[in-house]
Amino acid sequence: MSTRLLPLLAFIGLALLLFIGVRMNSGKDNSAIPSPLIGKSAPQFVLPVLNKPEVMVKTDDLKGLPYLLNVWGSWCPACQVEHPVITRLAESGKIRVIGYNYKDEAEAANKWLQQFGNPYDLILVDEPGRAALDWGIYGAPETFLVDAAGIVRWKHVGPITPEIIEQEILPLLESVQ
Amino acid sequence: MKKLLFLAFLIFSHATLAMDPVEYRSAEEEQRFRALAAELRCVMCQNQSLADSNAMIAKDLRLELLNLIREGKSDEEIKEFMVTRYTDFVLYEPPMRPSTWLLWFGPFLILGIGAVGVFMIIRKRSAAMPTKPASDNDNQEW
Repeated sequence: MSTRLLPLLAFIGLALLLFIGVRMNSGKDNSAIPSPLIGKSAPQFVLPVLNKPEVMVKTDDLKGLPYLLNVWGSWCPACQVEHPVITRLAESGKIRVIGYNYKDEAEAANKWLQQFGNPYDLILVDEPGRAALDWGIYGAPETFLVDAAGIVRWKHVGPITPEIIEQEILPLLESVQ
Repeated sequence: MKKLLFLAFLIFSHATLAMDPVEYRSAEEEQRFRALAAELRCVMCQNQSLADSNAMIAKDLRLELLNLIREGKSDEEIKEFMVTRYTDFVLYEPPMRPSTWLLWFGPFLILGIGAVGVFMIIRKRSAAMPTKPASDNDNQEW
């Protein structure tokens, strides 16, 4: 009797394994690569400010206060989706939001900001996208939280939602201050 | 015939044109570049190598790869460069370390469990069978 049931039991076992695997991965964004930078110093860059190409900003210039580095481009549809959320967070004054204009053209970027508003304290321009490689950026939108000492605390790939702000950014911000 | 040749050229040249960023300085450089680009995984599209992908980031990383080769970096140093920025994810062959042991040895573990199972079934059956074959059945045809 027990040997006749063995194939069925083996099948149920495999089905259960598949079910658990699928359940564990459902709702999770498997395409997001976790940042190896968490807990480390923010990578060094020297980047120009949008519309002020003569002003160059270094990573160390940003130290002193925590900031959110928001990677965006006018070519990126998902950036429009998160834009109102980013704007509300910036307006709340809880954290500096610095824009990282990634692989974009100044003209298109300015037009985009005119249309949707400019919530950023400062916008850095990385048109060639070389400095972005050091940050492990591979698309837009991506968002980093860097603390006052210049240590990367958190990264998110994809649009920021109000839930992410409530559940991840704000608690983390309180813990680093 | 000329037209046909031209058409063939158009079709077959496309694949290489998609990936070559610039002209190579030497055949050796081209070979190294192609080998590394095929070994590294595109971070955006994930089921393609750096060589296959048309994603923006793949183009940038290919360009960076060529620069690193020209700077005289070794294959190991180049992989290290990619891994420190984009994690082990960029390697098609993950490194051997405690966190990847299950990945490397898991299949053999399952194979072993299966082998033990089969062995146990065979032993059980041979024990259940009469030790002497029924000799009077030997000539029976089926």
